[in-house]
Amino acid sequence: MRFRTLKQLAEVCASEGLTIADVMLADQSEESGKPPAYVFNKMREYYQIMKEAVDKGLTEDTTSRSGLTGKDAQRVMTYMAMQPTNLGEEACKAMAYALAVSEVNASMGRIIATPTAGSCGIIPGVFISSQQRFGWEDDHLVKGLLCAGAIGYVIANNSFVSGAEGGCQAEVGSAIGMAAGALVELRGGTPEQAMHAVGLALKNTLGLICDPVGGLVEIPCIVRNGFGAVNAMAAADMALAGVRSVIPSDEVVQVMYEVGTAMPEKHRETAKGGLAQTPTGRKIMKELNLNRKH
Amino acid sequence: MRFKDVFSIIGPSMIGPSSSHTAGAIRLGRVARQLLGEQPQKAEITLYGSFADTYRGHGTDLALIGGILDYDTDDPRIPQAAEEAEALSVEVAFHMSKDKADHPNTVGIVLISEDQQISMKGASIGGGNVEIISVNQFDVKFTGNYPTLIIAHHDRPGMIADITAVLGRSSINIGFMDLDRKGRNQAAMTVIETDAAIPDGVLEELLALPMVASVRKVDLTERGDVCDSEL
Repeated sequence: MRFRTLKQLAEVCASEGLTIADVMLADQSEESGKPPAYVFNKMREYYQIMKEAVDKGLTEDTTSRSGLTGKDAQRVMTYMAMQPTNLGEEACKAMAYALAVSEVNASMGRIIATPTAGSCGIIPGVFISSQQRFGWEDDHLVKGLLCAGAIGYVIANNSFVSGAEGGCQAEVGSAIGMAAGALVELRGGTPEQAMHAVGLALKNTLGLICDPVGGLVEIPCIVRNGFGAVNAMAAADMALAGVRSVIPSDEVVQVMYEVGTAMPEKHRETAKGGLAQTPTGRKIMKELNLNRKH
Repeated sequence: MRFKDVFSIIGPSMIGPSSSHTAGAIRLGRVARQLLGEQPQKAEITLYGSFADTYRGHGTDLALIGGILDYDTDDPRIPQAAEEAEALSVEVAFHMSKDKADHPNTVGIVLISEDQQISMKGASIGGGNVEIISVNQFDVKFTGNYPTLIIAHHDRPGMIADITAVLGRSSINIGFMDLDRKGRNQAAMTVIETDAAIPDGVLEELLALPMVASVRKVDLTERGDVCDSEL
């Protein structure tokens, strides 16, 4: 890869007159020794699986194995049909789609990890709702996935993308940054604007802990995917409007690393702190243990 | 760089609920299975850190079993992996360790078959990506993202040259390489991650080298891609 930082990525784009997606496609092809068409087709398959997951989450029973969660995406869609929403229809739809995919994951359905399963709803939520709104072809969104992948590649290698290592900021936070930057590029923004979107988005999730109730990727993960989709759209709007991340995005990624490293173990996917250890969280954990056959 | 390509960020396609605790666990199980090279009769699995704390909720146990049965991350049989193992007479035991591991999601796997046994330790580092940190008590690192050779041999001058000569003759490019030994002139292990699939003939050639004890291939890269046929 010709880039290790977001700054280098933007510089490669600028010097060669390419989009972030173009650079990612060329570099992935070079690194894997496979033709660009192969890489693009694989990403296209992944996008189809994302669409299937949205459909499934909106139409099927997504009650999780624990019985704790399910059908929230459908609740939001029903509510949207009944009355005006506070967010407005577009953001609300993105939120519902993100919830849908995240609920499919919790009910052991098939999803694409973006970058993780815990944050798998954010990119499909933003992408698929935006595709419907702007009438984009699938291939435009496939380029969006390549762009999101390039951003995630930098975050993962300079910080982390797992809750156990860096808390929820590393999973949902990274996904919001990836979705925000990609949405800027999808809307015709410059690579530089996309970088600002990443920084703006990541700043807003710094310090977010990973505290899953009962150790399950359900509470609060699913609703955080819903919020994440909305936040990504907000960050992309700010960046497209010319709002800058005064602290450069690469430095924000470093802060995420610093905060994650300092985060107590109880707040890094161990279910030993945070929401998992509230009276209700503990009660749920106890019931789950009683219901297990092992 | 811990994450080497775009598909370690976007992907894998997987059955939920957790990329670290489900998809990563499957891939760790598969690496162990491929190191053994056959279906085990017995699996001893030790979980550390966050794996030990949350494994049941995430189906980490089912995922590890599925991996040991050579399932991939999106195999629909994962939820029934325990029953499948029982049907195949694969005996699985789980142990929780309180020991500190280098990474919060670490697992140790020992697989035993009729006439052999392997052990490995690995970590699930996020997004379904894994890092193997030891094989049969040798400290060697690899990811499973490339076709990988695990060669057990005796520590002797010229061994690496002999191995790389075999690969060079078959035009197999080496991407990453790691080696460890028990001591000077003692047992050693070389791990090589390559850019191309490794034909069986190459494995036989390596095995025929003086003082090579065993050669194993681990390859978690894609199965039958539809994309290949179009190009």
